[in-house]
Amino acid sequence: MFELFKTFFQIGLFTIGGGYAMIPLIEQKVVDEKHWVDHDELLDLIAVAQSCPGIFAVNISIFIGNKRMGNKGALASAVGTCMPSFLCILVIALVFQQFRENVYVEHFFRGIRPAVVALILLPVFRMAKSANINRYNVWIPLVAAFLIWMLGVSPIFVVLVAGVSGYIYGKYLKEDFFNS
Amino acid sequence: MILLFLQLFWTFFLIGLFGFGGGYAMISMIQGEVVGHYHWMTMGQFTDIVAVSQSTPGPIGINSATYVGYTSLVNAGYEPCWGILGSFIATFAVVLPSFILMLLVSKFLLKHRNDPAVESVFSGLRPAVVGLILAAALLLMNSENFSSMSENPWRFCLSILLFCFAFIGQKVYRLGPILIIMLCGLAGIILGL
Repeated sequence: MFELFKTFFQIGLFTIGGGYAMIPLIEQKVVDEKHWVDHDELLDLIAVAQSCPGIFAVNISIFIGNKRMGNKGALASAVGTCMPSFLCILVIALVFQQFRENVYVEHFFRGIRPAVVALILLPVFRMAKSANINRYNVWIPLVAAFLIWMLGVSPIFVVLVAGVSGYIYGKYLKEDFFNS
Repeated sequence: MILLFLQLFWTFFLIGLFGFGGGYAMISMIQGEVVGHYHWMTMGQFTDIVAVSQSTPGPIGINSATYVGYTSLVNAGYEPCWGILGSFIATFAVVLPSFILMLLVSKFLLKHRNDPAVESVFSGLRPAVVGLILAAALLLMNSENFSSMSENPWRFCLSILLFCFAFIGQKVYRLGPILIIMLCGLAGIILGL
């Protein structure tokens, strides 16, 4: 169990830039070194972890931990994945609060802010490709964005409506619209 | 204070429960609840949190939950030690739903992944998640992050330049996000933004 914790602690510590950056590291540690799952299994696992809500990397670790040692293993892996983030951010938050008023820190973050906006905008195009966005369904993301951006609708509500309408659409309107 | 803790827990529990589509979609939800609904912080502070979450180890969802939990308490005027408790609650709450769900649903989903009902739910979710992330980016394009032509033309033009640099740097030249963030931060210091 400590082995699970340690492995996922390392994975959490050495990935920067979010869940998808973790896949190569998980592959190397969990598949090639430890042989806890094989390559095909990992692919299925990635698909399942993506289709479940929550944090992608944590979902994967829960899944592998559960497969190895049941509920306890899942807990150990999940805590292992979250721990490095939690500790790093706490240290930064405690320190940043004190340096906030510093002129250079302020300039630094003023330079960073526009870049952050660009870095959030970029996954839109990546995800549009993998979500099969085409000229027939491009209105869905646009309407969703408009509702949140201009009308202040909660994103949680948008996700709920999208899931329910997808279900209704698939069930009652048999026309194969989304996959066209 | 107990009310704030309960609100934090409930908010991040919901975000964890409906957080389809990864870290950036979650950022949109956190933004909607924490800045838009509860006003626990400003859009500028939120952008700083996203910047730190992107450039520190670990999943962005966990990083931002931890940081938002801390900042919400400190912004409300409480001591940093309560902030630590806040960040623990937010992180715990955001992981809890997926922990329960993953244990239950993993078996079900593996069996029913090609079930048409499950398939059609996701065919609605996937395009909406793209819109969610787009909205997050649009909401961050405000005068707090970019300044404005009337308020500070120098900072406004430089901000647009840095935005274009980050966009092209990542999309065309595939520079890593940390490198981009560091370069833009340095540019901010040197140019006196």
